[in-house]
Amino acid sequence: MKILGISCFYHDSAACLLEDGRVVAMAQEERFSRRKHDPDFPRRAIDYCLREGHVSAPELDAVGFYDKPFVKFERILQTTIAAWPKGLFSFLRAMPVWIKEKIWMSHLIRKELGFAGALYYGEHHLSHAASAFYASGFEDAAVLTADGVGEWATTSLAQGTGKGLRILAEIHFPHSLGLFYSAFTYFLGFKVNSGEYKVMGLAPYGEPRFKDLILRELIDLREDGSFKLNLSYFPFTYGGVMTGRKFEKLFGLPRRRPESELGQIHFDLAASVQAVIEQAMLGLARRAFDVTRSDRLCLAGGVALNCVANGKILREGPFRDVFIQPAAGDAGGAYGVAAFIAHALFGKARTGRWDHAFYGPSHEREDIRRVLEVSDAVYDEYNDERLVDETARRLADGKVVGWMRGRMEVGPRALGHRSILADPRDAGMKDRVNMKIKFRESFRPFAPVTVRERCGEFFDLDRESPFMMLVASVRGAEPIIPSVTHVDGTARVQTVAKEIDPVYHRLVERFGRLSGVPVLINTSFNVRGEPMVCTPEDAWRCFMRTRMDSLVIGNFLLDKDKQNRKEETPEAWLSRVPAD
Amino acid sequence: MSRLEVLKEFWNFLKERKKWWLAPIVIVLLLLGALIAVTETSALAPFIYTLF
Repeated sequence: MKILGISCFYHDSAACLLEDGRVVAMAQEERFSRRKHDPDFPRRAIDYCLREGHVSAPELDAVGFYDKPFVKFERILQTTIAAWPKGLFSFLRAMPVWIKEKIWMSHLIRKELGFAGALYYGEHHLSHAASAFYASGFEDAAVLTADGVGEWATTSLAQGTGKGLRILAEIHFPHSLGLFYSAFTYFLGFKVNSGEYKVMGLAPYGEPRFKDLILRELIDLREDGSFKLNLSYFPFTYGGVMTGRKFEKLFGLPRRRPESELGQIHFDLAASVQAVIEQAMLGLARRAFDVTRSDRLCLAGGVALNCVANGKILREGPFRDVFIQPAAGDAGGAYGVAAFIAHALFGKARTGRWDHAFYGPSHEREDIRRVLEVSDAVYDEYNDERLVDETARRLADGKVVGWMRGRMEVGPRALGHRSILADPRDAGMKDRVNMKIKFRESFRPFAPVTVRERCGEFFDLDRESPFMMLVASVRGAEPIIPSVTHVDGTARVQTVAKEIDPVYHRLVERFGRLSGVPVLINTSFNVRGEPMVCTPEDAWRCFMRTRMDSLVIGNFLLDKDKQNRKEETPEAWLSRVPAD
Repeated sequence: MSRLEVLKEFWNFLKERKKWWLAPIVIVLLLLGALIAVTETSALAPFIYTLF
């Protein structure tokens, strides 16, 4: 049974193809369109999924869409009427795209795909919950989802048992942890729905001195995990902006202008909102345990990308095991709705835990070689063993290497198939990669990858973290891996297992043999404002336009200093890439 | 043909959620939409979460 799941029109549109409940292919549209967080109908991602599955659209057994457009439309109308006349402007601006596209979803899907079969619509939070539960492999689990907003729900608690999944409780718009965190993201001068992880990265530089004020004035957080926003501070219900004058007055400063200097008060605000979100998520997790009595937890929704809060739930919460969907944002909804159709509606057997997230496109040797030839690249080709040796040697010499091999990752984290790798022992490496290669803010930390079997030597983490969704303390008073140790002594760890990703595992291991530390910086293969690279062409372009030293594509290795061709300067290129 | 399917889905949605009061608003919007649809579409700028 072949099912296509689609998510789109808000952020990170994606497609996913399942065959008898197993993922055949999954990808985000942004990787093909090269437009970060692309919300458009995922035509290219769908094409890729169908190609990978050797299936044409009319042959599909079902197509699922990850939310219910009419219910969402109902929420918009009701919210506009409730806020009348304040929300009129936002309403009028939103209507054309609704009337032209969003409300005609069935028509659009049938027209775009040429598909006449069964169409299903899953509720937004049910799709999120399904994306985590069916990927977790747990037989029984509590499932917690939290994001900005779906149709009405912003937070949901569900229970999954076997093939079934049932929503038990919801918190509705406008009371939303996602919107609450986004309001601070906006106030701190970052882009909403993109800069949230910057707020998380800023938090350890500050003190949570505004936490009590936030809890007193902005959000009523209760013992049972429920919460209520004080809407007089949040004008987002009628559009326009996320925070207003009253918010500025409360903290005694205006909203920070994007790209302007960050001060201690901004760090303290970030620390405060982070402390509140952790308390809220922990409260919700405890509530989930009380209601379901299950000792396993699944997390999804944009708020589940807050890996600091996830680490806290793991350490302080009541659960024995926690699974976080690697594509926890809306992209994961494409898998979620398809999986719900397969398992809950059609009774297909569960397919076990996701042990990787490599469901995107890969490229054949000949395709890569052709791109390199056309690009006039100077390259060497090695077998796996020699490739690992050559790359590890370069890394140990302080070189920064772009590493693109195998099928592309889904979700926002690079997991070793579209990564930039570097030596974490060098304290200056963080600034070098931030400022010269990724062109992003200096405060942003890098994440480490280590081999699973030696994780405990370097990090206070007692389990694997293949999707880089957990934050743990770095061991040792004097960190030996300063470039991946955040200011509070923590790191967002990825563990790699030999049986899942043998070449990547061998690379980290080999680097460890040369340096004594089997840990590498692993950051996504892109520059600020751009999606992760997808094709060999993307990788070549990114390599030549940055100050990266070496590039691996498949089994080909390229060194910058051997290249004849010069691309445009990074600065010229960056001026055309929108800020993230 | 599939546009008719959408209208049928909308009818079912009204019935299921008993939101009959939405019907006149949506009908007027759809009529207006025929005019508006020719203009450029735009979601709210990135300074607000995509609530709409």
